[in-house]
Amino acid sequence: MKPFSHGNATSIEEALEALSGMSWPLAGGTDLLALMKEEVAAPERLVNLKTILGLDAIAERQSGNENEWHIGALTTLSALSQTPAFADHLGLRCLVQAAQESASPQLRHMATLGGNLVQRPRCWYFRNRHVPCWRKGGRRCFAFKGENKYHTILGGGPCYAVHPSDPAVALLALNASLLIAGAQGRRVVSLEDFYVMPRPDRQREDGYHPVTILEPNEILTAIVVPEPQANSRSVYVKRTERGAWDFALVSAAASLRLEDDVVKEARIALGGVAAIPWRANAVEEVLIGQPLSPELIEHAAGAAVAEAKPLEHNAYKVDLIKGALRQALQI
Amino acid sequence: MAISFRGPGPIPIDLNVNGEERTVFIEPRRTLLSVLREELGLTGAKHGCGRGQCGACTVIIDGETAYACLTLAVDCEGRSIRTIESVSHGEQLHPVQEAFIEHDGYQCGFCTPGQVVAAVSLLEHNPSPTEAEVREAMAGNVCRCGAYPNIVTAVLDAARQGTGRDPGVSGATVASGEEG
Ligand SMILES: Cc1cc2nc3c(=O)[nH]c(=O)nc-3n(C[C@H](O)[C@H](O)[C@H](O)COP(=O)(O)OP(=O)(O)OC[C@H]3O[C@@H](n4cnc5c(N)ncnc54)[C@H](O)[C@@H]3O)c2cc1C
Repeated sequence: MKPFSHGNATSIEEALEALSGMSWPLAGGTDLLALMKEEVAAPERLVNLKTILGLDAIAERQSGNENEWHIGALTTLSALSQTPAFADHLGLRCLVQAAQESASPQLRHMATLGGNLVQRPRCWYFRNRHVPCWRKGGRRCFAFKGENKYHTILGGGPCYAVHPSDPAVALLALNASLLIAGAQGRRVVSLEDFYVMPRPDRQREDGYHPVTILEPNEILTAIVVPEPQANSRSVYVKRTERGAWDFALVSAAASLRLEDDVVKEARIALGGVAAIPWRANAVEEVLIGQPLSPELIEHAAGAAVAEAKPLEHNAYKVDLIKGALRQALQI
Repeated sequence: MAISFRGPGPIPIDLNVNGEERTVFIEPRRTLLSVLREELGLTGAKHGCGRGQCGACTVIIDGETAYACLTLAVDCEGRSIRTIESVSHGEQLHPVQEAFIEHDGYQCGFCTPGQVVAAVSLLEHNPSPTEAEVREAMAGNVCRCGAYPNIVTAVLDAARQGTGRDPGVSGATVASGEEG
């Protein structure tokens, strides 16, 4: 790890003042320190956010006629998965399921939800400092024609690494948005607009092609989840290679509202299939307005992969994501 | 107020380790694991993978298990750190340690300090876990020798013994028919 200096922020304003391209926020450190050990990231300064009081609170708030949940960005995954208001809530439980199935107990005590959403891809080419891959500002993606067992089947390149977050997939199905604080003020961005597909014209000063719209001098302060309508239910289904902790090979989150077995509303998100948590609009279109029959579920699963273009070593993901989605829709 | 940054060179850091106040003079980039092992002589926590995948470096920070390899020592100021060295009282082993011996919960022993710390922490939070809860709580600790069945048996047995008691009282080994 390259040397760096370290400072504890006691307020958001203090942190914002200190952040820059070479001065990075530090939360649980479970991703950032690993990247720094590999020297894939080498910030000159770390701004510790854990010392800002109150950024780990979960609260229900009123916004107009609707209620919404504000989850502080520094909330740990273990605190999130132990929040009864979510765990016992049919409409929101997919978030708890996703948090609970993320990483290991130790990591969930350390990892924050904000850091989880901002974490970098786990692609082995990206994480090797000797490989000048496209995501790091190099010319090509080495996974495209290389070892691509864990890579994307939807959305194409030029980077084929999947986004590794489980909670992001659940939050996408729950139509979450993010509160972002920057030197120029605050903004609210839907989770869907937070993640950006890899594009050559989106490039940071250091050459890195970003996964999110977050600027170096911005901080995620909270994740906002609208209270689902009555009769909503949600589920997160994750498929892994190992029985104990593992990153998702694929995953599916479904948030549905049924009336007399007819799907009134549906938001479907898929993980492990694309460079960003993937909103499955085509699946939603198949579902909405129809009775939730086995035939409809089969049709929906097919729609999820209609555009799939697997790479040499990951065709298995096509069937796997169909299975995960079928299971998510049956619950 | 502006943040006062310290480093990148060595800075003094106060740590509370196993109930003792210790001051170390280290660079901010040092992990808690390297400081425990190389500055404080506490070599129980092991350096396995260094990237949060194996659990050999498991310690307890403010009452919750954490990986010392992905924790900066500077981030531990003002927090309470417990390592495997605090688990026994001198020669008097903790019931979890006794149960690991009784049930052969290891082979090479490299992962054992992390396993024991994870188990001790589990039983502090949940004195009578189900087998599923034990497996879940121990999921972040890899054993390459594959002693898992014996580890689970040991943790369940330690729970049955009631680890909440002082190890001095309940340290006796237990005859159990569940040899794995
Ligand atoms: C072995 C292992 C297994 C894992 N398995 C899973 C899994 O199954 N599912 C899953 O979802 N994840 C998994 N993870 C990833 C883990 O959940 C993330 O590393 C963690 O959530 C990151 O959070 P953190 O607080 O540690 O972030 P940090 O490492 O502190 O930060 C990560 C990045 O986010 C930035 N950042 C952090 N907080 C903020 C903020 N509030 N505002 C702006 N930027 C911020 C940092 O600058 C850094 O760039 C795994 C990780 C490991 C090491």
